[in-house]
Amino acid sequence: MPTHTFKVNGKQVTVDIEDDVRLLWVLRDVLGINGPKYGCGINVCKACTCHINGKAFNPCSVRVADVEPDDEITTIEGLPGTVGADLHPMQEAWLERDVAQCGYCQPGQIMAAVAKVRQARAAGREIGDADIDEIRNICRCGTYARIREAIKDGAKKM
Amino acid sequence: MEQRRSPRSGPPGPDTPPESPGPDLGRRRFLGYLVAAPTLAAAAHLGGSLAAPREAGAVIPSLPEVQEVFDLNDLLTLATKPTANLIAVVLNPDGTASFDMPRAESGQGVTTMAAMLIAEELELPLDKINVTLADARPELMFNQFTAGSNTTISMYNPIRVAAAIAREQLLKAAAIQLGDTVTALTPHLGFIEAADGRRISYGDLAELAAAQKTEQVEVRIKERSEFKIIGTPQNRIDALDAVTGRKKFAMDLDVPDALPTMICRPPTIKGTPASVANLDAVRRLPGVTDVVPIATGVAVRAKTFGQCIDAVNALDVAWNPGTVDGESDDTVLARLKKAEIPLTVPALKPLTGVVEGEFTFYWRNNAALEPNTAVADVRADRAEIWAPLQSPILCQEQVAAQLGLPLNAVTVHVVQAGGAFGRRMFNDVVLEATEASKKMGKPVKLMWHRTDECRQGRMHPMCTSRIRATYSGGNVLTFEQRHTSVATDYTQGFGEIITALGAKIPPLGQGNELGFSVPVFHLTVNVPYNFGAVTQLLNEVYTYDTFPTSSVRNLVNPDVRTAQELIVDQLAAKMGKDPYTFRRQFVDDDRVRAVLDKAAEVGEWGREMEPGTAQAITVHKEYKGATATLVEIDCRPETVNRKIRNAVTGPRVTKAVMAVDTGLPINPRGLEAQMQGGIMDGIAQALTSSLHLRDGTLLEGSWDDYFYTRHWNAPLETKIIVMPPTTGEPGGAGEFGVPSAMAAVACAYARATGTIPTSFPINHGTLSFKPKATVPPLPPSPTNGLEFAY
Repeated sequence: MPTHTFKVNGKQVTVDIEDDVRLLWVLRDVLGINGPKYGCGINVCKACTCHINGKAFNPCSVRVADVEPDDEITTIEGLPGTVGADLHPMQEAWLERDVAQCGYCQPGQIMAAVAKVRQARAAGREIGDADIDEIRNICRCGTYARIREAIKDGAKKM
Repeated sequence: MEQRRSPRSGPPGPDTPPESPGPDLGRRRFLGYLVAAPTLAAAAHLGGSLAAPREAGAVIPSLPEVQEVFDLNDLLTLATKPTANLIAVVLNPDGTASFDMPRAESGQGVTTMAAMLIAEELELPLDKINVTLADARPELMFNQFTAGSNTTISMYNPIRVAAAIAREQLLKAAAIQLGDTVTALTPHLGFIEAADGRRISYGDLAELAAAQKTEQVEVRIKERSEFKIIGTPQNRIDALDAVTGRKKFAMDLDVPDALPTMICRPPTIKGTPASVANLDAVRRLPGVTDVVPIATGVAVRAKTFGQCIDAVNALDVAWNPGTVDGESDDTVLARLKKAEIPLTVPALKPLTGVVEGEFTFYWRNNAALEPNTAVADVRADRAEIWAPLQSPILCQEQVAAQLGLPLNAVTVHVVQAGGAFGRRMFNDVVLEATEASKKMGKPVKLMWHRTDECRQGRMHPMCTSRIRATYSGGNVLTFEQRHTSVATDYTQGFGEIITALGAKIPPLGQGNELGFSVPVFHLTVNVPYNFGAVTQLLNEVYTYDTFPTSSVRNLVNPDVRTAQELIVDQLAAKMGKDPYTFRRQFVDDDRVRAVLDKAAEVGEWGREMEPGTAQAITVHKEYKGATATLVEIDCRPETVNRKIRNAVTGPRVTKAVMAVDTGLPINPRGLEAQMQGGIMDGIAQALTSSLHLRDGTLLEGSWDDYFYTRHWNAPLETKIIVMPPTTGEPGGAGEFGVPSAMAAVACAYARATGTIPTSFPINHGTLSFKPKATVPPLPPSPTNGLEFAY
């Protein structure tokens, strides 16, 4: 059985699993990291959004063999650690606005929001409605209005 | 069955709620129980006693199935014990209170609502109250069924009574400890305090206050004027778990050896497996532990869900046809049109004007983001189930029947759901998991693929609504509506097996239609305007189990009301009135008029709009409450034709303002969230989201072709106004926001484009995607995820 080594939430992990198993299932079914959720398996609902080296991506659509040993994967569980706090400012903003309803999509929404704020800043601007319109994460409870507010709030504290 | 109502119109009332009747000591006193337990436990009856006559009794036949399922007498004996339907608030030695709630929490906020009611009466901080979901409790009979936005309405008094009894008992125990009288003591934030400053914590009293024997007691609960928590905005009690990824859904449970399991499903609706050519080869695939045919397909168990997906797609299965292989949207529509009950008022009458319309509403998926998931551990003599369930009692009964086990050998744990929207009233996934676990002899964690949800899941029944209204001399004389629908499956009954079987009574489906569909239609629909002679009739086609149907965040009203409001706008135009002032004149209820006025005011009704954009305003009355929604829509070509990869853009609702009156809002913040969600559903249902049926197959297969509202479709401005309390009694919320929102979007589209839409969603006529293959059943898992990293 092939062995794969990479970093998850600051810790080095090694898993024995076939090369073509998608990273989402390695995280969830092998490593027991359940924050990234399954909603489609084909990279359209974005419920599994995590970060790879600080950029948002969807592990449902990445083979574990394509993750390099020095790649750093961050799931919602590891997001506070990236700022050395109990909660990331975006999570605080989510609480402040009481965004979540069922909560199923929210780990992915938060991970997407953090990356989107960084992306806008890299392009020399603060996040705005046009950027938020580009976020593809589905919320079936329909919390979009509060997500929009929370992202703008959270960005200010990032 | 005609529905005629007398008008209840009056002048617009002031904003202040009607005064509650004067001090009536009898009114706020309730009976409850102190329950013998190691720590203080206080309880109240949930719902009426089973001993009371039930209407459903008339349709309970001597069906052999009932006795085969379990010993009905035992159940009835259990259910008629005076303490059978108690719900209890328990105080713990650590000073927290616990409540095991016999309802589903699917994001609608009922656990937070329950915690608030307990906090109010128990005088305990909200964060000291743990609300969990109760296992299936068959003795509750009809009272463990989450549907129809009923949870708050039914739980409001019982929870408060139980908490109040606990508070009184704490006071008595503290009086002994502090050597004081009860009346001199005050409960405050988890302590009983004496006037001299001495105090004792609830935790220290938990055991001292415990009852030695179960006894009935009387208690006074708070008047509205005494509320400190109820009616104040509160955040969800599970918010921290949600934003940290700690909130556990069924697929996150770590049940030993319950490995991922998925089903290879047929290419057409309700097809069944005939034979499998390569069972052994698939069993040898990486990670795979078991492959067994079950009633609905072929179950695959593996180390990871990813390996399940690959194995499902590797299976070579011959399929039997399903129930609707010859049916498509067109054939169903033809059948609906043929079954429409005729309108009775002539279309041409001297001196009267006529407005008519006929509208078609296509299939919609429940589409909770968390797919159907159930963990099942079936042993020879018992079974244990974990799943998000709206009807856990029925689930327990069905599993017992399927396995031939006594009811008490089946334990059903209710897990919080990642959305429900009606889907989790049906226990399909549990019955599949049960069958797979039994056949494999191992625990399973069965999950539906998203594509299974789209193609074999339940859907809102396709329907038509035809309306004819006549007017003369400034009045609307008649308003007729004929709603014709594919049969809705009511075999979940009221969440337990007796009424569930009632829905199946032969002649096939008649129990379903006459026992459920027609009564539910008449109990939920109305025309909230003084329009003279009003009739609304329902007719259903096909039998209840031809198509897999269910409600989808409300059943008939989003469509019924959208059809009506489109006609109302036309009536207003024909009668030369502004849509808002016309509605204001004709609404038949002061509370509806008040929300209408508020939405018009906050939404700036009548402001100047660019060509190609428009406002619309609509109302709705249901669930003991009223809503009004004002939307602004942008239908200009540059907006409609904006391009987003793998997405439907189309017209954009740029602003949505909803005023909502639920009588007594328990948690205005939670209510606001529910209404916002209702708006997003209304937008989806009016503009973008439907299923296409072609030759027994639903063409949609995931979120990239089933177009639920996305960030780029959501309004840039959304405002909810929660009206001050009006009735003193809470109403429903979960499904309540959808009808006026959907209607407003449809009306705004008509006003912006000058074309009245006649089928919904408006984009249904154009298939904007290439349907995914049906064999193999699941889309391949992509490998290019890193290309899209940002």
